Amino acid sequence: MSTGGATLNVRGLGKSFRGLRAVHDVGFDVPAGAIHALIGPNGAGKTTTFNMIAGVFPPSAGTVQLDGRTITGLRPDRVCDAGIGRTFQIVKPFPGLSVLDNVLIGALKREPDVSRARDRALTVLRELGLHDKRAMTASNLTLPDRKRLEVARALATQPRLLLLDEVMAGLRPTETDQMVAFLRELNARTGLTILLIEHVMRAVMALSQHIVVLNYGEKIAEGSPEAIARDQRVLDVYLGQDAH
Amino acid sequence: MRLWHRLTGDMTTRGQVALAMFAALLLAAPAFIGSYPLSILILVVYFAYIGQAWNVMMGFAGQLSLGHALYLGLGGYTAAALAFHFGVSPWIGMIAGVLVAMLAGGIVGFLGFRFSLAGVYFALLTIAFAEFTRILFDHFKWVGGSAGLFLKVSGDPGLWHLRGGPVMFYYVILAMAALALVACRLMLTSRLGYHWLAIREDPEAAQASGVDVFRGKMIAVLISSGMAAVGGVWAAFYYKNLFPETAFAMGRSIEVILAPIIGGLGTLIGPFIGAAVLVSLGDVFTIAAEKIGEIFGVKTAGLKQIFYGLALLAIVAFRRDGVWPWLARKLGFVHSDPYLPPPAGKGR
Ligand SMILES: Nc1ncnc2c1ncn2[C@@H]1O[C@H](COP(=O)(O)OP(=O)(O)OP(=O)(O)O)[C@@H](O)[C@H]1O
Ligand SMILES: [Mg+2]
Repeated sequence: MSTGGATLNVRGLGKSFRGLRAVHDVGFDVPAGAIHALIGPNGAGKTTTFNMIAGVFPPSAGTVQLDGRTITGLRPDRVCDAGIGRTFQIVKPFPGLSVLDNVLIGALKREPDVSRARDRALTVLRELGLHDKRAMTASNLTLPDRKRLEVARALATQPRLLLLDEVMAGLRPTETDQMVAFLRELNARTGLTILLIEHVMRAVMALSQHIVVLNYGEKIAEGSPEAIARDQRVLDVYLGQDAH
Repeated sequence: MRLWHRLTGDMTTRGQVALAMFAALLLAAPAFIGSYPLSILILVVYFAYIGQAWNVMMGFAGQLSLGHALYLGLGGYTAAALAFHFGVSPWIGMIAGVLVAMLAGGIVGFLGFRFSLAGVYFALLTIAFAEFTRILFDHFKWVGGSAGLFLKVSGDPGLWHLRGGPVMFYYVILAMAALALVACRLMLTSRLGYHWLAIREDPEAAQASGVDVFRGKMIAVLISSGMAAVGGVWAAFYYKNLFPETAFAMGRSIEVILAPIIGGLGTLIGPFIGAAVLVSLGDVFTIAAEKIGEIFGVKTAGLKQIFYGLALLAIVAFRRDGVWPWLARKLGFVHSDPYLPPPAGKGR
């Protein structure tokens, strides 16, 4: 993971699902080595934006660039090749495989030798506190552990940009703090660029230098956490919700 | 030795000893069993072998083929036709048969995977191709059409022409099964094998982890169809006759998949255990049905099939993952944590 971080540029991204405009004209930049957050109420189009970046489906409009290279419309495995690791909001472990094998498969992306990839995977598992559970079948993990497994598998592919989709949802406050500390340390140590979707505002505020806010598929604001916390439009549509 | 470790993997010392003893027994069997038990044993090993071939696709890569008779039949017909018309050795014919079967597998796979047919829809495609080929061969005069193709019984005996007694056929299929076992083990512990498992478990997550899913599935179908064709060649020369109605039969495709399902999908020993269970059950039930017929003085046609079906139901109901994973754990043949070597010096 000494490969450092990559710059992400998103321009005019749009996606419609059978007439439903899920994302419309969304653009933002994540500089190399930065931690940014993507927030917004349910159904705002955050996961859809991730899916377009990660190549799950091609955007109806717009471009995605990683370190200046256009990756729009590439297949997910090619996007992974290009250096993007992602987690799934609805966790997708390889259920019948051991925790170690789950992460090993990620590690095989850049380390074709199985025994060396296994060593890599064990290192990542140690970092995420899953080492003791390496022999467990992934389907037997608790939800917080599955979230950790998502992060571990994505990290094992040695990405230069990490997309995290609500990895703290369902974690207890102490577990959230652990994850925040881990991500911050990882970012400081390796320079890995991180873009995270998160509803847990404590984590968002603690981690991100810059926040992009989506609502009904459109970007309604972006800026520093302090600026976003004071932004009236954001308070109206998003933070305001919590007050009700 | 690294290779040894890769081959034995998560097996305990006890498991390795058991496997070695089992292998020795199989090797020595023809010396001390009669011709009837040998014919049963031949069937067991044959079903284990073709089950292993199918297992590569379904057990490893998670792609359900219900048309493996297509590859068995094409392999068998190709080698048999070359021997029949030109006196070509089945070993040469096998190469041709494997290529033909892989071509067919490649077409089925390409159509299915390119258009992302999953699960039962892919299975339907595999059935369609097998059925289509069966009808085609009914009218394929060069290989005898629906009247069948018969291999010469006389001629030089020997391994080169696959002409000989049951003992020869036994050792040939045993060697194939052993090779397939080793090859599958090596594949499964390679990068390709892990990619297959990822595809089987969750294709979307596999792709996100950088796995080329289409490529992985294609390699699986090519290897599986090629392996099946080898079994088809063996069967063609063992039985010495081929009919489209049986070579490409739906029932044959089902026979292929039973052993690995009973034994344990995706496991390497499973097909052997499953084949042993199936063939011996089949035998026991044949005798039982006859006896019942004698005692009650009734016709018992079909009774065997009913017993058989019930027994399969029971096995699948009680051991959903197959017999082998359960048995291996019960007997202490595998480590519970394969990534922790047992305490130094003491195998469990
Ligand atoms: N594959 C799809 N097919 C059809 N509609 C979809 C699809 N994916 C998302 N949508 C719709 O697009 C909109 C945006 O969904 P998305 O999942 O991106 O929201 P989100 O911001 O991630 O929300 P949440 O916070 O609940 O995860 C929603 O209305 C959703 O129903
Ligand atoms: Mg979402």
